[in-house]
This record gives sequence, structure tokens and C-alpha cells, in this order.
Amino acid sequence: MTRLFAIVVIMTLVTFFTRAVPFLFFSRKKPPAFLDYLQRYIPPVVMTILVFASYKDIEFTQTPFGIPAAAAGVLTALLHLWKRNVLVSIAGGTAVYMVLIRVL
Amino acid sequence: MESSRSGKRRIVLAAAFKASIPVLLGYTTLGLAFGFTLIAAGLPWWMSPVMAIFIYAGAAQFMGIGLITGGAGLFEIALLTLLLNGRHAVYGLSMLEQFKSAGKWKPYLIFGLTDETYGLLTTVKPPAHVEQARFYAAVTALNQSYWVLGCAVGSLLGSALAFDARGMDFALTALFIVLLVEQVRAVRRFEPYVAAIAACVLALFIAAPRDFLLVALLFATGLLSLLRPRLDGRKSAPASTQGPQGGGEAQ
Repeated sequence: MTRLFAIVVIMTLVTFFTRAVPFLFFSRKKPPAFLDYLQRYIPPVVMTILVFASYKDIEFTQTPFGIPAAAAGVLTALLHLWKRNVLVSIAGGTAVYMVLIRVL
Repeated sequence: MESSRSGKRRIVLAAAFKASIPVLLGYTTLGLAFGFTLIAAGLPWWMSPVMAIFIYAGAAQFMGIGLITGGAGLFEIALLTLLLNGRHAVYGLSMLEQFKSAGKWKPYLIFGLTDETYGLLTTVKPPAHVEQARFYAAVTALNQSYWVLGCAVGSLLGSALAFDARGMDFALTALFIVLLVEQVRAVRRFEPYVAAIAACVLALFIAAPRDFLLVALLFATGLLSLLRPRLDGRKSAPASTQGPQGGGEAQ
């Protein structure tokens, strides 16, 4: 229980901090060039790593050979490229995954 | 006087509500999925609305479930939240001007600057004769109320119904994929993605499974620093505001 509270407090503070950083430090002066560089390329890097991490523990050598996660992932990406609607992409991909892990 | 003030409030709320309808659909649904996932992971139902009220960050909350059940340390949780939500700092950079005169609303506007709220605030206009900050605050508050509602109802339903939520946690993977697609649209350089994958493969071999994210992020940041002459040199590189715009259009 104490641990849950501690986690909520830490995640709250850190999340607020990430949103407040520009207002705290760069209201008057411009961010340093290296930080400006990192803030441009960290988001694509972090998202790539998070997607990779979501797939790294899947057993691709046993039935169902990771097919549900792979197929649902591709579907999510295609839906998003097509409709560009976050809700449609996530709901569609998740629904297909939930069906596939039950039937395969 | 009273009536004109409440009339104005109605105008602000009506306009903000109309603008926020896409987020209403998205946040209630994703919030439901979050609530179900949280219950399926064995956490108490009240954690869902509590996280929605205080943390108010979808991806971080989903990741938080995994970290809580996986027994991650507090420092690790703090660092991963920082890195995952680092993209929000980018949004703030482009809202410095708009929030400058927001006065008493400013802290809440900053607190509520999620992907979707940022997207809305950069595209919608306040109605005539309405203070921009007030309209922004109404949009932000409505958005958060949808998220809290979705998360609360999701965890209550999840604990009340014998619902087979197996696989619903794929919503997090799907969310990451959606955010990655947005990044690919915005950052049209292959190097960051290759660096990230290389860092992941390296981390897969070197790091213990529970340290994977941390080690991969460290490697990737190192690679990114090495790539700076290449990525920063040519100005064919995307403008600095393109990250947030990519995320912003996602609703």
C-alpha cells in the first residue's frame, strides 16, 4: 500500500515535471543546442524502444509463433496510417489480438 | 451581472465541449481499457481513478501497471516515466507563448498538457470575446474528466464483472505503435530508429530482462550523441516543432 502511494506520488511529480520543464527553464532564454537536438530525436528513439520491448518476450518458436501479437501490431500500424484515429487504431488492434490469442 | 457571467461560462463550456468530442470518445475508451487492465493485473480498483487524477498520462499509467506488478524500484519508475513523458516537454516548448498570459490557469494547463490536449489546443480557436486561457482551461478540464471517468468505470466494471480481459493489455503495445507511427510521420530520418534498434539488440544480450528498458535507453542516447554531427549537420532535418505536431494531430 505504501509502495503504491509512493509510486503514484513519484509518477505524478515526474510527469508534471516533464510538462513543466520548458516553462521553468526556457521562458526567457532558448534551450541549449544539444538539448534542442536531443528533444527532437529522443521521441522517435523512445517509441522504437518501447515497441521493441513490447515484443521482446514473445516466443516466436512455439505455437502460436507470436502470430497474434505480430498480426495485431501490423494491423494497428496500418489502421493508423490509414485513418489516423488513435481510438480506431488501438481498439482495432487490441480487439484482433484478444480474438487471436483465443482461437490460435 | 450574475446572469451574464454564467451565460459566458455556458458559452465557454459549450464551445470547449464541442471541441473536445473526439477526445471524449478516445479517452473514455482507452480509460476503460486501462481500468480493465489494472484490475486484471491484480491492483485495487481505486488505483485507476487515483492515477487518472494525479498522474494523468495514458502511456505512463499503462507502463506503471507493468512496473508495479513487475516489482520495479522507485528510481527505475521515476527514470522510465521521465523518458516516456519526455515528449511532453516538447509540447511545452511550443506552448510557451500561448500560456504566457494564462495567469491562474497556467499551472493546470501545464499539468494537463497530454498528447491529445496539446493536439486540441493547437488546432481549436476560442469563441469570440472569450479569454483564450479560460477556454484552454475548460478544454483541458473536460479532457481530464473524460479520462478519469473512463479509468474509474473501467476498473469498477472490471472488478464487478467476470470479464475475460486476457489480451487487453495489448492496448499498451498498440498505443506505443500508434505513437511510433506518429513519430515516423514527423521525423523523416532513419538514423534514430536504427540507433534505437541497435541499442535494443545490445541491451537484449547484455542487460538483465528487468533492466532492459533502462539499458536500451542509455545506449540509444549515447548513439544519438555520436550521431549529432550527422543529424544536426544538414538542415534537411525536420524543424524542431515537428515532433509535437505529429503527436498533436493524433486524436
